[in-house]
Amino acid sequence: MEESIRITTPLTDEILEKLNIGDRVLISGIIYTGRDAAHKRLVELVEKGEELPFDIKGQIIYYVGPTPPKPGMAIGSAGPTTSYRMDPYAPILMEKGLKDMIGKGSRGENVIEAIKKFKAVYFGATGGAGALISKAVKKAEVVAYEDLGPEAIRRLEVENFPVIVVNDIHGRDLYVEGKKKYRAL
Amino acid sequence: MSVREISVDEITKTIRRLCMESNTDLGDDVIEAYKKGLETEDSPVAKDIFRQYLENAKISKEEGIALCQDTGLAVVFVELGQDVHIVGGDLYKAIDEGVRQGYKDGYLRPSSLDPLTRKNFGDNTPAIVHIEMVPGDKLKLTVAPKGFGSENMSRVVLFAPAVGVEGVKKYIIQRVDESGPNPCPPVVVGVGIGGTFEKAALIAKKAITRPLGQRNPNPDIAKLELELLEEINKLGIGPQGLGGKVTAFDVHIETYPTHIASIPVAVNIQCHCDRHKEAVL
Repeated sequence: MEESIRITTPLTDEILEKLNIGDRVLISGIIYTGRDAAHKRLVELVEKGEELPFDIKGQIIYYVGPTPPKPGMAIGSAGPTTSYRMDPYAPILMEKGLKDMIGKGSRGENVIEAIKKFKAVYFGATGGAGALISKAVKKAEVVAYEDLGPEAIRRLEVENFPVIVVNDIHGRDLYVEGKKKYRAL
Repeated sequence: MSVREISVDEITKTIRRLCMESNTDLGDDVIEAYKKGLETEDSPVAKDIFRQYLENAKISKEEGIALCQDTGLAVVFVELGQDVHIVGGDLYKAIDEGVRQGYKDGYLRPSSLDPLTRKNFGDNTPAIVHIEMVPGDKLKLTVAPKGFGSENMSRVVLFAPAVGVEGVKKYIIQRVDESGPNPCPPVVVGVGIGGTFEKAALIAKKAITRPLGQRNPNPDIAKLELELLEEINKLGIGPQGLGGKVTAFDVHIETYPTHIASIPVAVNIQCHCDRHKEAVL
């Protein structure tokens, strides 16, 4: 992990400019969680012209629904969920100022286009490594939709949260290029 | 032959334990596959992913934190000896109670909900139970928590016979290719060929619980498994879909006789976190 790039939130354009696909990055600072049900509610608020439950401008959303924390822990197992289910909502949130997303798995054309348009970055966290990732979360508090249980929106304080740059602001896509490089068919 | 009694309390206790263990303790076959993957890959990113998988498995086992936050729906295979008499209550209720207790006491995520209202039941019940009657006086329970990142990538298709073995092979490879990074590769590909619509899906699901590296006893099917594994590992998807040589750990095929009009094929994808635990009562 010695080659990892360390960055601290908020992630400014200046920081994002330097990131390229395949870079291993350790994020410290604040990130917000949100997955299927929370995205649906956020976008319903946008469509009604109402205010969002947190200031989304310049923020990072992490697609995760953690397990309940064991006593003394900030969070339980907390790896990424598959991102494409958030594709119908992500461009609308990017238009509202969302800057980056952390998840796993391919994004649709609409999201790829929005990533380019809004100069955002899509980071991949390691799916099925939730116990390892939980160690990077120092504090978690529910900021909205507590009734959704694991799907509630949480504000996380993270330290050296490990991710890989999948879609950078230069328009490249690691899922496409990585697979092409190793394809032998 | 005398009848052997097994109490529902014992079943509940066992299911509770298997739910907790399967979510925190990966089998040696999977750990070995991670180590082999780490050796096989040459890209720093792919190697790093395997190191994370190994570290994750270690933390999970030592500290009892779930391997993955998607602790799945609790799929339970029951092999019920026909000389067993279950006493003290209802088998399905006993299994659900075990799931309820295991998920609560193990700090596992409740994911089960109403399919339409999307209201979460909060205790991860009901389990998905498959019961098979077998000879003997034993009761075998297998708990295989199924995450839905990989489940969502699974399909059943009913081909016309003209498609043939080549067409079936092509379809299986294509299914893994199209799933790309979504099911958290390297995957285990469970394949059911034959039977009816639901039989193909069921044998594909059960195929996933076979240990990695164990071949189908039919040499022709075993050969097909290895051919498919080789082709799939040429796709380039790699761990987490970031590019690499190890896209699948194994391909497990089960077959069943079918109808003259069809080749049913089910492809059930399992993520790298290939969790399952069993016990015999």
